[in-house]
Amino acid sequence: MKEEGLKSLTIDQVRDAIAGGRTTATALAEMHYDRIASEDKEIHSYLSLSRERALSQAARIDAMAQRGDVLPPLAGVPIGIKDVLVMHGAPATASSLILKGYRPPYDATAVTRLEEAGAVLLGKLNCDEFAMGSSNENSAYGAVRNPRALDRVPGGSSGGSAAAVAAGFAVATLGTDTGGSIRQPAAFCGVVGVLPTYGRVSRYGLIAFASSLDRVGPFTKNVKDAARMLEVLAGRDAMDATSSDTPVGGYVAALEQPVEGLRIGVPEEYFGEGLDPQIRAAVEKALDLLKAMGCVIKPVSLPHTKYAVPTYYVIATAEASSNLSRFDGVRFGLRDSEAKTLADMYRRTRDGGFGAEVKRRIILGTYALSAGYYDAYYKKAQQVRTLLTRDFLSAFAGVDVLVAPVTPTPAFRLGEKTDDPVKMYLEDIYSVAASLAGICGMSVPCGQTQDGLPIGVQILGQHFGEESMLRVAKAVETSQG
Amino acid sequence: MNGQSEVTIEDVRRVAELANLELTQEEEPRLQRDLNAILGYVAQLNELDTTDVPPMAQVGEVLKTGPVQAQGEMLRSDIVQPCVDRAEVMAAAPETDGRFFKVPKVIER
Repeated sequence: MKEEGLKSLTIDQVRDAIAGGRTTATALAEMHYDRIASEDKEIHSYLSLSRERALSQAARIDAMAQRGDVLPPLAGVPIGIKDVLVMHGAPATASSLILKGYRPPYDATAVTRLEEAGAVLLGKLNCDEFAMGSSNENSAYGAVRNPRALDRVPGGSSGGSAAAVAAGFAVATLGTDTGGSIRQPAAFCGVVGVLPTYGRVSRYGLIAFASSLDRVGPFTKNVKDAARMLEVLAGRDAMDATSSDTPVGGYVAALEQPVEGLRIGVPEEYFGEGLDPQIRAAVEKALDLLKAMGCVIKPVSLPHTKYAVPTYYVIATAEASSNLSRFDGVRFGLRDSEAKTLADMYRRTRDGGFGAEVKRRIILGTYALSAGYYDAYYKKAQQVRTLLTRDFLSAFAGVDVLVAPVTPTPAFRLGEKTDDPVKMYLEDIYSVAASLAGICGMSVPCGQTQDGLPIGVQILGQHFGEESMLRVAKAVETSQG
Repeated sequence: MNGQSEVTIEDVRRVAELANLELTQEEEPRLQRDLNAILGYVAQLNELDTTDVPPMAQVGEVLKTGPVQAQGEMLRSDIVQPCVDRAEVMAAAPETDGRFFKVPKVIER
């Protein structure tokens, strides 16, 4: 296998090649590390590599293959982990200075599940600090470049996770999505990214940003790999009280079912002013192809859509201000050693450890929760969250999935939106409503702009309706040829 | 949010204190400006009448299945389980005697 071939390498190919004795898990891991060493200087997707752990797992898989054992579903698959999920003994920075040097004493459940399924975990991936951002420019360790256009952002906050898959630095990766942080970078980098239903994948071991919104999900090169990853990741976990015991579907098997007869809703609010005409055209073309495959296309309305971004930025920042209070210099990470009193130590540690966007969100969230403003901001936003969720529940009474753009524009240039927080927040206009409602969603490539920038189409499914979502995604992928 | 009174520099300082953040002279006016811009944008939520609309803190609250229905079952039995290793936890702390986290003096005189 040539190194350039890594770019298109999929999970099934890895398993088949290892089972057939054409390669080894060790060789594949080494090839990925070689490629990272030579090419990732430019992209900057990895923050740290877990070589020892990866190679010991690869050796275990190779021994299994040699014995002729039945290989687990992700046997030998090189996978990267967003640096907000913890791996025992490996650095976990959340791309923040405040966690510099921290090595957590346990594994996230998602990490455990991948490894038990045979995955080889290569290392930790760059992202926006504490997953706060839409461009990966908020990382304390430097921005990530989009492998498809080096002057552009990869999207955020899981920018490193999307870029690593697009550049062939991993066969698949884990990201997290609080307001669009899987779907938007997947669209910008031209890969598949899945936001599972809230409660579908355990959050244990995820460094929390906004707990009622945070979700863990995969980035892959195709829809089948995404389904495979989801099958491994999904399921009840005693360590996350919000994880659901709803039975896990046969996601890979579901892809075999034709989409004929599926009802697809097209939310008119997602095609309004501000949508790039090339993205509109690509999404409409995907809809035409789905129609040709026998799907029933129906216009629907999600009337509260325009309130999703302001609602999100109150709720997410309020939860963040509470979650991030744990970073105080006492138990882990950075501590300002000059401080003479405890209160002084808290303030100086947090001032030195947090970046500008994180401070902005903590301040906004604290303001929204403070005495005299709680009802006006936080409670109001929670009520509008109910309305936004009801929008989806009514729409899903008449359709199986929704199809819409992921983002209003293709990947923008580095530095283009960093000065204006509201402008940056509007980047999330088509993604945050699904986050607030807890439904599942994903981004699938559906073409490119005249400049060659990837375009993604968003497929939204009902709560725990991952099968239908993945079937439609597969149909879109097939129709792209 | 009603009347949309401007966030003052004193408000920023008060909130920073609540959040245990020490802001620099340059950060204060910038955060004041950003906060006003973001809250101005958030003010459009006032266009909606939310009388009698229940607030939603968790997705489970609106679902008939999944997390909400199982709320009781979702709680673990109260049984002692192995936990993360204490020595490893303490080793990650900036200052410790192995048993306790050490911090600068708590009471200011």
